[in-house]
Amino acid sequence: MTTTKKVLPFYIILLIAFIFLLGTFILAGLFGAADVSLRDVYKAIFTRETSTQINLLREIRIPRIIGAMLVGASLGVAGAIMQGLTRNPLVDPGLLGLTAGASLALALTLILYPNANTFIIMIFCFLGALSGTILVLSLGISKRGFSPYRLVLAGVCVTTLLTAITEGLGIHFRISKHLSMWTSGGLVGTTWKQLQVIGPLIIICLILAVFLARELTILSLSEEVAIGLGQKTARIKMLLLLVTVILAGASVALVGNIAFLGLMIPHFARYIAGPDYRRIIPTTIIIGASFMCLVDLLGRTINAPYETPVVSLIAIMGLPFFLLIMRKGVKGWS
Amino acid sequence: MRLYTMNLDIAYDEKVIVKNLSVTIPDKKITTIIGPNGCGKSTLLKAMTRLIPYKEGQVILDGKEIHKENTKELAKKLAILPQSPDHPSGLTVYELVSYGRFPYQAGFGRLTKQDKEIIDWALDATGLLELKYRPVDSLSGGQRQRAWIALALAQDTDIIFLDEPTTYLDIAHQLEVLELLERLNREEDRTIVMVLHDLNHAARFAHFIIAMKDGRIVKTGTSEEVIDRNVLREIFQIEAIVGKDPLTKKPLCYTYNLIK
Repeated sequence: MTTTKKVLPFYIILLIAFIFLLGTFILAGLFGAADVSLRDVYKAIFTRETSTQINLLREIRIPRIIGAMLVGASLGVAGAIMQGLTRNPLVDPGLLGLTAGASLALALTLILYPNANTFIIMIFCFLGALSGTILVLSLGISKRGFSPYRLVLAGVCVTTLLTAITEGLGIHFRISKHLSMWTSGGLVGTTWKQLQVIGPLIIICLILAVFLARELTILSLSEEVAIGLGQKTARIKMLLLLVTVILAGASVALVGNIAFLGLMIPHFARYIAGPDYRRIIPTTIIIGASFMCLVDLLGRTINAPYETPVVSLIAIMGLPFFLLIMRKGVKGWS
Repeated sequence: MRLYTMNLDIAYDEKVIVKNLSVTIPDKKITTIIGPNGCGKSTLLKAMTRLIPYKEGQVILDGKEIHKENTKELAKKLAILPQSPDHPSGLTVYELVSYGRFPYQAGFGRLTKQDKEIIDWALDATGLLELKYRPVDSLSGGQRQRAWIALALAQDTDIIFLDEPTTYLDIAHQLEVLELLERLNREEDRTIVMVLHDLNHAARFAHFIIAMKDGRIVKTGTSEEVIDRNVLREIFQIEAIVGKDPLTKKPLCYTYNLIK
């Protein structure tokens, strides 16, 4: 798509973003609580050699980096889809009850099945995300379809309610600490085993999102225009919603509730790549992945060996950029 | 006779908006639907273009009920421009118009040579060629409406529906849009069906007028037959003085009073 003069050709944007992603990956491999060399990073990925450093990279740091990238891309894309679907620039997966539902489900799972493994927790997080979203949508949809204001209001209410219940359960069953370990948005202890379960699912959904991007662009114009252009809007909306729920649910299962990321990353992508979702979605995937990776790197290095919470870093790093973009006018909405 | 409705009932939930409506849209002509607010004219337009479902009756296009037709195939025969649609800002005119090719595309929607030719033709027909790289938000109201019409044109359909295409435009831009539609009808044989509020515009541009009230048709026919003081009294409860437009020789409503 090189139909605009203002925006760089899309493949150049993607190339730059991809180089940036590669850069963050290498940086994230190099730096951390323990020192490793660039050679170790190379060996850990491309050879079968072993040493303390290489094992540390293979077993701890690399899965964590991949986890960060997957979560960044997922939440970004989930946010982009939600914004397009509701034609509302202020929506992120958190606001639509997704993450609150997943957190509540997580709490219930920890209470009912204290020994649940990752897979079971993930399934319940999905179901939670799905129920939270259905609750918000059923409250937020009027007879004429999505009403952006209703949706946001319903989202705020349901999120508050579900969060309150989650916290209540946490206090009553004395699992608050356990729960906050999951929901504080840390990537500590991401294992290959977790990634094996969640990774493929996320990747499939990201690919699906890329393929659905054209439909999302048409749908983001207006529902009536989309129908008039021959889109099966009900089916497309269901598919998009399903992709969003899986992506957000998987992210919560992997690292917990990371607010703001899903709101912010699509706006970055929109700012760079323009308002067409065929460009926004791929750009969001790469920017989301690199951003999350970078934030996680900071989280584990600025106060090493202690972890700095990712959520607060996202707010600190993201807000200035975000405010700058808002000042220049949110692309895709004015 | 490609497009007609038979005994059409349209309802939002339980509230019946249009009742037992049968009408035939004349082929290759400009048809205008007029009537007071809430008479069901927009609803009829939406039902005929499958934007909303109908309860009873049928809408037939080329011998087939529209809900049984593949919606993408339908989009190649019939375009609908809804009432003042929003657009994401930052979108260029060219991008917006290119979305009209949606029904013809698959996969990522890369534009073929043919797509590009039709988009250029649509931009040319609407006088937007020079503005094609401009963001839609930087356009004036009239240019913006023309961009949306260009999108409908890029759909390359024989039939084009428009819901109040002149709303929010100043009187010069209104005429500009209507003359564009007239030219499309005259030079390209497109069938145009639109809802208009301005009776004089309807009288001036329509070959066939459908006058509605309370979800039913009061009168159909030419401008001379429909823009008539008796018909206007019945539809709008107004006492109108109708004469002849010295420029176009069509009926013209000079002034009117409400019937008390």
